[in-house]
Formats: sequence, C-alpha cells, structure tokens
Amino acid sequence: MTWSAAARGAHQPDNTAFTQQRLPAWQPLLSASIALPLFFCAGLAFIGLGLGLFYSSNGIKELEYDYTGTAGTGGCSACALADRGRAPPPPCSCAWHFSLAELFPGPVYLYYELTNFYQNNRRYSVSRDDAQLSGLPSALRHPANECAPYQRRASGLPIAPCGAIANSLFNDSFSLWHRRRAGGPYVEVPLDRTGIAWWTDCHVKFRNPPLVNGSLALAFHGTAPPPNWPRPVYALSPDPNNTGFVNQDFVVWMRTAALPTFRKLYARIRQGNYSAGLPRGSYVVNITYNYPVRAFGGRKLVVLSNISWMGGKNPFLGIAYLAVGSLCILVGFVMLVVYIRYQDQNDEDEDEE
Amino acid sequence: MSGYSQLLLGATAIEDKLQDGVPETIATLNKAKIKIWVLTGDKQETAVNIAYACNIFEDEMDGMFIVEGKNDETIRQELRDKMKPEALLESDPVNIYLTTKPQMSFRLPEEVPNGNYGLIINGCSLAYALEGNLELELLRTACMCKGVICCRMTPLQKAQVVELVKRYKKVVTLAIGDGANDVSMIKAAHIGVGISGQEGMQAMLNSDYAFSQFHYLQRLLLVHGRWSYNRMCKFLSYFFYKNFAFTLVHFWYAFFSGFSAQTVYDTWFITFYNLVYTCLPVLGLSLFDQDVNETWSLRFPELYDPGQHNLYFNKKEFVKCLMHGIYSSFVLFFIPMGTIYNSVRKDGKEISDYQSFSLIVQTALLWVVTMQIALDTTYWTIISHIFTWGSLGFYFCILFFLYSDGLCLMFPNVFQFLGVARNTLNLPQIWLSIVLSVVLCILPVIGYQFLKPLFWPANVDKIMDRIHQCTRPLLPLPKRTKLKHASTRRSAYAFSHKQGFGALITSGKTMKSKTFIISHLNCCIKSPNSCSWFSPV
Repeated sequence: MTWSAAARGAHQPDNTAFTQQRLPAWQPLLSASIALPLFFCAGLAFIGLGLGLFYSSNGIKELEYDYTGTAGTGGCSACALADRGRAPPPPCSCAWHFSLAELFPGPVYLYYELTNFYQNNRRYSVSRDDAQLSGLPSALRHPANECAPYQRRASGLPIAPCGAIANSLFNDSFSLWHRRRAGGPYVEVPLDRTGIAWWTDCHVKFRNPPLVNGSLALAFHGTAPPPNWPRPVYALSPDPNNTGFVNQDFVVWMRTAALPTFRKLYARIRQGNYSAGLPRGSYVVNITYNYPVRAFGGRKLVVLSNISWMGGKNPFLGIAYLAVGSLCILVGFVMLVVYIRYQDQNDEDEDEE
Repeated sequence: MSGYSQLLLGATAIEDKLQDGVPETIATLNKAKIKIWVLTGDKQETAVNIAYACNIFEDEMDGMFIVEGKNDETIRQELRDKMKPEALLESDPVNIYLTTKPQMSFRLPEEVPNGNYGLIINGCSLAYALEGNLELELLRTACMCKGVICCRMTPLQKAQVVELVKRYKKVVTLAIGDGANDVSMIKAAHIGVGISGQEGMQAMLNSDYAFSQFHYLQRLLLVHGRWSYNRMCKFLSYFFYKNFAFTLVHFWYAFFSGFSAQTVYDTWFITFYNLVYTCLPVLGLSLFDQDVNETWSLRFPELYDPGQHNLYFNKKEFVKCLMHGIYSSFVLFFIPMGTIYNSVRKDGKEISDYQSFSLIVQTALLWVVTMQIALDTTYWTIISHIFTWGSLGFYFCILFFLYSDGLCLMFPNVFQFLGVARNTLNLPQIWLSIVLSVVLCILPVIGYQFLKPLFWPANVDKIMDRIHQCTRPLLPLPKRTKLKHASTRRSAYAFSHKQGFGALITSGKTMKSKTFIISHLNCCIKSPNSCSWFSPV
C-alpha cells in the first residue's frame, strides 16, 4: 500500500474548516480589565436601581386588618367563636373601623389575604377540570377523575364546577362605607367587582357552556353545585355577564396561589367620587364572616392598597438590589487589591529572573 | 572457523528506515511526561541504535541498566544494581507486598529517580523477569528509567509487559505498532494504535485508532486527546450543574407547599428542559470548544498535564458542581418568591399565582444556565452562537406556543397555562428579578475564575498566560551537557551476527499453557537433533 501526497486517498477525511476544527472563532478572555469594571459597574447600577425600587415601594400606601378574630378582641371575635369545627358556621357579620387623615391616592384596590392556606398542595392543585371550565358541553356532565371526591354528589349528579379548588371558594363579602365628617351618614363606596381577574382568564380560558333556550340555568341542568356552595354556579351573581363559570370571584379563586400566604383581588375602587382615591374621613368595612379558617390555623385579612409601576408594596426587590450592589462593589475592591498585590509580586519575580 | 584464506564475495543489507518525524515526536511526548518503552522483536544492537536515533536514549544519560541474566538471581541483582539502599530495606512498601502478598490489589508508588537512566532487557531475561516476584522488581526499575528497550520479544511477551504495567500502576497505556506481531500488545493496552504501512492490515484492524505515520501520534495525543479531555470535563461539570440547579428548586419549594411534592415548573418545561432547551448549547461546547489552538498545543506539550492528573473532573470538582447547583437553586427559588410575595401586577391583578411563579422560575433558570454555558464556552464559532442564543430564543417561541389560546383550548387538561406568558412577561418587576437572579448566580463564578489563578495557580495557568501574552521569547533549547561516556558513532544500522530468538520459543518459557509444554516435551524427545535447544522448565 503506497501513499501519494498528491492524489486524494480513499480514506482521507475532508479538509474543510468544519471537519478539521479550524472554524473561525472569537476567543474571549477573562482578564482584569473585564472582570473588575464589570463588578464595579454592576454594583453601581444595582445600587441605583435598588434606591429607585425602594423609594417607589415606600411610596405605596397599604392598610390591612386581620379579622380572623382569634385575638379575642376586635369586632370579629364573636364570629370567630361561632366558627368551630368543620361545619359551615352560622352567618355572622363584623366590622372594621378606620379613619384616614388625608387622601389615600387612587386607584385603590381591596384585597382579601389568607395565611397558612396551601393552595399549592399537589393533590389540591390538580383537583380541577379545565375542560369543564372552558365550557365544553361534553365535559360539563363528565367531570375528570382528578376531581374526586368532588366529582359527583351522593345523588349521582355530576358536580359543576368539580374539584376541591372550586369547592373551597372564598365566600366572605365586604362592603365599604364612608363618613365624611363625624355625625354624618355613612355613604357606600361603590366597589367595582368586575375587572378583577385576568382578561385571558375571563374571556378565553373560562367560558360558560352554551345557553339553552337563552337560559344559563338550563345549560347547567343535570349538574349539582359543590357540597360547600350555598347556591349553584349559575346564581353566583345577579349580573348575567358575571355569573356561571366566568364569575370573576370564581375565576380569581381558581387561579391558585403559589405560596401559603396570598392575597387575591376582591374589588376595585374607581368610580364616582372615589376615582381619585379615598378622601379623608372615617370608614367602616362591613364583613360577612362566612369562611372558616380556624380549623387549619389560618388567618384572614382585608387589605386596602394602591399600586405603582411595579405593583403593590413589596420592598424586597429594592432591598435585594441594594444589598447585591453593595456586595458587588465590596468584592470588586477586594479583587482589585488582590490583583494589584499579585501584579507587584509578579513584577518582583520578573525582576529577580 | 574464521575467515582465513577465504575470499569475500559481497555483503547484503536490509534497511528498515525510521519514518519521518519520529525523533521529534518522541522528544515532544517526553516533554509531555509520557514515558516511551520500545518493545521489539529486533536484536539488541538494532534496538539500541534505533533508541539513540529517535531520542529515547540520549548520550547524556546518567546510566544504563542492561539485564542479560539467565536465571532469577542474576536478573534480580542486575535490576537492583543501581537502586537506592533504602529500596532494599524491609520497610519498603514494595518489599512488604512481596513478602506478605496481601489479597488486595497493589499500586506501585511513584518514585523519583536521581537521574536519567535507561533499561535494556532482552526476551530471554524477560521470560524470567515476568514471573513471580521479579515482575514487580522489573516494573519498579523500569518505571524509574527515562526509556526502556525490550528487545527480542515475542508477541506474547509484549502483551505481558503491557498487562504488567496496567496491573500495578495507575496509568493509561497506549500501544502503537504496525505489524501482526504487535496485535496482542495493541489489544492488551488501554488504547491501541495501529500504523498502516508496509506490513499489512492486521495491526490496523485490531486497533482503536489507525493512521499511517508515527508522527501523527503527537497530534492524536496532544491536540485531539487534550481537547477531548477538556471538552468532556466541561460537559460533565455543566451537565451536573444545570440539573442540580433545575431539580433542587423543588427542595426549597417543598417547605412552602406543605411537602406535598408539588413541582415548581410546568410539566412541559420539565419534559423539554433537557431535551430541547439546554441540549444544543452543550452539544456545541462538546464539539467545538478549544482552549488553545493546535499550534500552541503542539508547541507546549506541558499543557497535557491536567489530563494526566485528572485535574478537571474529579470528586472535588463534582462537589464544587453540587455546591454551585445548590446555591443557584437557592437563588432561583427565593428571588422570585420574594418578588411575588404578597405582590400584585401594575393593574392590581394577580401575580403571585402558581402559574406565574412557575414561569418566572423557569425563565430565570434558563437565563442562568445559558449565561453559565456562555461563560464556559471559550471558543465561540458561529455555530456556538446559533446554538446558545438560538436555544434561548427557541424557548420563548415554544413558551408562547404552549401557552397560546388555540392549543390550550384544544386540550384544556393537558395545556393548562393559558395566557400566563402574555400576562406576566410584560411586567418590569419580573425582568428585574430575573436580572437579579442571573447576576447573583453568575458574578460569583466570574469572581472565582478571576481569583483562582491568583491564589491557587496550577502549572497550566502559567503556560496559558504566556500563550495569551505571546510576547515573551521562546525558551532557548537546553544546552547539551558534558557527555557521561564516550559517544560512539550511532547509526540505525547494525550487523546481524548473533543467533535469533528461536531458542527462546523452543524453550517453552514463553508459552502460557502447561499442556502445550508437555506436548512439546513429548515431541522434543522424539527428535533428538533439536534437544540441544531445550532447557528444562
């Protein structure tokens, strides 16, 4: 077997840049002139951002009130006493009085907050049937098996909406009353109960099944509400655009929370005299205390808040950016000192050589 | 009977030339601390001349062992001739092993010689030296020599020597040969290389690598072997890291989900993570990455050192990957959690729901691992750019597809994340938290890569510095010192005037099975003429 340099052999591989690992490439090098300025620039940028975020978060006003009533004092402790065990407690009302010395700038949002409620529990969070909730007629009367034990009632009727998430729908209600000056009458603050859920949820993901003879109640014929619900799903609200599966309270509740402490939007305050915010005066929130949380050691809170470009009051990002920025600058200085000493030592070694 | 009163008619000679580049290759491999042993069937003079011709032996060497004994005691004496006195003591580990013979496998410890020595041993002596206690003595002496020549070897002995090294030393062996008599050695070594040439296809067919010139060996080892080791280590480190970062987020989430084993991510993300989103960049890294190009690899054989000492992926490196993965998973969980805790969108609506949180953690994770592989890649070809940034872009494309109205309404129970991407990814606080997570995960790596060569410099770092600066002059060639013994004119030619190794074969010492020896005994007795070659077993 002889090999000739000129002729291409039968087994000779391709001599292209790709096959011979000679592709042109950029070979960056991590040197001091890149690493050190990077740390300092990142540190300065983060400190700036952190200050902005922290200042912005501090500008948000928030009022909250724990109305679980376990403390034994406050208006709702009587309702808390009535809430014993698992049975739905008897209807109870309590109130929260507060006063504002100055305008609470709007738009103001009213939230309810629950603690120690694990909506992110795996077994709980799969207990739903999205096909049924999207209004498919075939799925309406055949809820998925994941909904068990909230799939069929004892009578054999399928549950609509099925599942543990729907069954545990939050059913406290709030109303806000305002008194401009002492001795005057309380005026109800109009609460906008629409526009509280994501647009894609209300209009795409959740749909009512097709109306039968123009009636939603007939569309749900042959199904039963979940065990804990006092009313069937088509009677959730008197507003015909906000009832059935697309009821916004229901949609907000079905968007399960990631953490055991969460708050969900209840209403927006943006109409009439209150579109600029809540003027000063004294207020009372009348609470219908229905939802039992004492059985699992949870707490219920009502929150009034306004928002900014970065959402609600959350100083975490501001503090985190400030901390990381300072750390970057500190580490940058340490690295600079180490590098300068290494350079000096290197120069000494070179001089000795 | 001498040549007196005889007329010389002529002389014949057979020339077996060395291939091109062999001395340079061997010099380069010596610089890479690769020991070269010559196992040949040629006679001793030829082998020694070849060794001098190709730089395995040098004239400046301090001494030479020649082992020619015909029985155990002589060979043992010759092997121990120039050893240190301490090696003969009872407390020496090799002597302890030889006397006690424990059951567990023994590794010959590394010993540093006090000079450059050479060992020459022929097949007859090797037949004694490869059995029983002497094999360890032989190995010990041979490993301390700069070059070893074994001549007059049978193919079986070549394989036995390779197996001896494999059994007692923690090294990787490579056998390279071109003839059918090298096949057993090629198959016995860790890596077998066949040279296709004048002697047929046997060596090539039995080898792991085959090429046509001996000097390609230095490219195989110093360029491709080194690159392959670097790429493999980078690939392994990165793969473990990205999977630790991905999985350990669930550990932190368990504390907040009632230990109910709820996954943080969308199930489709879990399916696609290793399959689609992160496979191409690491593939590009493993195919194209080079730390230095081939010219520098050949110019500085010392760069081969990390592979020999397993520096780039060992238990310590794995633990570092694990720690880095744990830290990254901590950052990837708690920064998004802090961002959405009791927080809302800029229109007051929900942001702290499970699906948004899942999306934020997914996106942050992908950015972090993409930035990590961008830091790991040192050789950015156009393909690396396409793979790395393209995978990230592809993630966003698939995300919007999976969360689109059409798909989610077609299969509501399978694709449940309708609208999450549209509603969440347009919020500034989400991107701020992703930037913070990326910076918190990546800046420590940059700091570590910057500080490590300053505090814990490795040998390769100095060479890499020089390569990167490219300003210092090349090292001058080492001056040849005073010769230790008179150099005779060396040539690759030798005269054939001694008997061959037929005696060794017929002695039966190199046969493995006893039955064959006995049968040979029988047939030997039958033919009295050849009994003079037989020596008692």
